[in-house]
Amino acid sequence: MIEVKNISKTFNGTQVLHNISGKFERGKTNLIIGSSGTGKSVLLKCIVGLIIPEEGKVLYDGRKFLEADKEEKAQMRREIGMLFQGNALFDSKNIEQNVMFPLDLLTDMSKSEKADRVNNVLERVGLENVNKKMPSEISGGMKKRVGLARAIVNEINYLFCDEPNSGLDPRSSLLIDELIQEITHELNVTTIVVTHDMNSVMGIGEYIMYLANGRNVWEGNSDTIISADQEDLQDFIFASKFMKKLKKTL
Amino acid sequence: MKSFGSYLIFLGTMFVRRENFSSYFKLVISECHSIGWNSLIIVAITSTFMGAVTTVQTAYNLVSPLIQNYVVAQVTREMVILELAPTITAIVIAGKVGSSMASGLGTMRISEQIDALEVMGINSISYLVLPKIIAAMLMYPLLVILAGFLSLYGGYLAGTITGIITETEYVYGIRVGFNPFTVSFALIKAVVFAFLISSISAYQGYYTTGGALEVGVSSTSAVTKSVIAVLLADYLLAELLLN
Repeated sequence: MIEVKNISKTFNGTQVLHNISGKFERGKTNLIIGSSGTGKSVLLKCIVGLIIPEEGKVLYDGRKFLEADKEEKAQMRREIGMLFQGNALFDSKNIEQNVMFPLDLLTDMSKSEKADRVNNVLERVGLENVNKKMPSEISGGMKKRVGLARAIVNEINYLFCDEPNSGLDPRSSLLIDELIQEITHELNVTTIVVTHDMNSVMGIGEYIMYLANGRNVWEGNSDTIISADQEDLQDFIFASKFMKKLKKTL
Repeated sequence: MKSFGSYLIFLGTMFVRRENFSSYFKLVISECHSIGWNSLIIVAITSTFMGAVTTVQTAYNLVSPLIQNYVVAQVTREMVILELAPTITAIVIAGKVGSSMASGLGTMRISEQIDALEVMGINSISYLVLPKIIAAMLMYPLLVILAGFLSLYGGYLAGTITGIITETEYVYGIRVGFNPFTVSFALIKAVVFAFLISSISAYQGYYTTGGALEVGVSSTSAVTKSVIAVLLADYLLAELLLN
């Protein structure tokens, strides 16, 4: 479980996060949702330590992350896998090398063990016969899956996904969402997904934290979000014409 | 001062939480290829012409019956070894390698590749920058040696083909009164310049913020700051080691 307590962050005098608290449970797909610019990605980066908040605590299964020294932090980070918005695949390495990278640096596995592990995770995310291709030679959806394979290639306890559907067509988005949820349940990891995609919210939102203007204004899940009484949240959910039509039929 | 402090912290961070030796070895070899081998042609061309021009211009300025022809080669040798081979080559390398380092790291920064390394628990500064600095400090002295030889050869070609100096006079000129310390001095400068170019360029690239436009800005800034640092170090080393 990951717990955040009273996280606040200011950039150039503008407070982006206001006392955010919440609990993200193991084995669940936890979503942080909200409109663009509400601080979702900043919160995620505070949780993984890429941004240091002015105030607050982040606890990884009770272990203080922000207060940990560099060595402890590095050890805790080795239990983390992250899928970035822009994939963050290494351009100079092929797909196999990209996925194998954490194993090369962080484990003592033999070459054959690493190759087997890479093939297993690539197969798990539905990619075969792409090992020798470069990131520039595969589609956006495939890159996301490679990013996900790299995130889970190590034995992780925590999986973070920053806008995993951005730039993908609806079918690929659905596939990525399903993969994230399946992997979360299979590996029993604590997963946090930052998204503003309503299909993801309805599809995989086992716990949802809704941020508005840097504040945690609502918590629930995909079953309760439709009936939430916050006006701001309702505007967010029913922003698209399709959802507005759907709302009329409800 | 704030930037200088940040640069020193950046350098210090390279030496904490390093990964295993084998991963660095591969990276250093790859960077040696990129910095050394890929710079051979530009260094060869610039140094050959540098030597040729130095010989022709020295001869143009030494028009006196009291000065023997071999002095042209002697002056060319001193200028090439003491100054032109290490310093002009450093400026060329700052333009080629420094900008490439800064833009490469800048692109990795804006495409979240550096964040990916950090999230994995890898010291990205150590992993990405240390091999570049080691490779630059290994390869640049070799490039300077090559530049020195080719400059002297360029001077020989220009001098003998145009009839400024005979082959015998040129060979005598570059041998007479030779002080081996000048070569040591050139190599010391090469190591210092390599460190400055690689570390400053890496620093500029690593802390790129924004998008593609800012990568270009970092790259330009890397070259400008590296060249200024090289020229400043050139003067300080001359004061320290030659006076």
